[in-house]
Amino acid sequence: MGLLTNLKDSISRVTDGLFAADEPKRIGIYGPPNAGKTTLANRIARDWTGDAVGPESHIPHETRRARRKENVEIERNGRKVTIDIVDTPGVTTKVDYKEFLDHDMDKDDAVRRSREATEGVAEAMHWLREDVDGVIYVLDSTTDPFTQVNTMLIGIIESQDLPALILANKTDLPGSDVQQIANAFPQHETIPLSALEGDNMDEVYTKIAEYFG
Amino acid sequence: MPGPTPDVDDDTPSDDSDDGVRIDMISGARMDGLTGMEKIRLILDGVRDGNIVILEEGLSPDEESKLIEVTMTEISPDDFTGIEIETYPKAEAGDQSFLDKLMGRESTQKLTVIGPANQIETLHKDENLISTLVSRK
Repeated sequence: MGLLTNLKDSISRVTDGLFAADEPKRIGIYGPPNAGKTTLANRIARDWTGDAVGPESHIPHETRRARRKENVEIERNGRKVTIDIVDTPGVTTKVDYKEFLDHDMDKDDAVRRSREATEGVAEAMHWLREDVDGVIYVLDSTTDPFTQVNTMLIGIIESQDLPALILANKTDLPGSDVQQIANAFPQHETIPLSALEGDNMDEVYTKIAEYFG
Repeated sequence: MPGPTPDVDDDTPSDDSDDGVRIDMISGARMDGLTGMEKIRLILDGVRDGNIVILEEGLSPDEESKLIEVTMTEISPDDFTGIEIETYPKAEAGDQSFLDKLMGRESTQKLTVIGPANQIETLHKDENLISTLVSRK
């Protein structure tokens, strides 16, 4: 019974992919908190639609709801790709409201923010299992990529057979180490960029067209 | 439908948190008989009691995803701040056959340590060693 169900699901995934070829692809921007996901989402949205997706902040869990920017048309080498960008909350296995108290918040605000953050992470995990067609995984290239959350998330993405592009963000900062990210996930291509400064976005768009077109 | 959540060991005294930290080492055989949600419940019930849970064979990526999701729904201020989880990095060797991939069967045999986020801290991790510092509540 389980075998038949799995086979049916596999066939369904393939046929869904074939018949939905003209639909915009929902591309989830995932990664740990403070990797620069919203900065990237805003950069892509501004470059191709003129609008932003959401506010950016150095405080962790600024993005607490998955936010979607629909019908972003990216044109590369004569090829047009239409994607819906889904900016997701940073994934973590723990949220302690006390960490927000360091950012000039009173306890009520910190508790509310942590509650919203937990709901947002749960929602992001649900999106990943059910509702995205591809993933842009954003990492802060100044921090150690060998974390459990990164390992688990990449494993989950791979198990869903989703196309995934790994971006090593914040190359404008001292201490950026792109090679460390490439070494951590050698099965994937790693593209360096600074979403804040707009550095190397040409290559990012070329890869988006290549991976998700 | 998931059945009732099994206890790890009903005979073990549970009110021993003042004396030390309890570690539950759960065999792959024990986990094999459980549904995904039963596994997650077994882990989270133990961790929320302040125990360290060690899984001989780990969880599948789908179960890990659901573990994160359920953990998030259970976090509450001044009570439960989430989990710390560590596994050996996944071996990159092609240990999964084409048929396994087609059928969604995932190779998940990787020892996994899970504990309360406020009691367990990872000191070092590589392909062969997970070193953690565990404190009492």
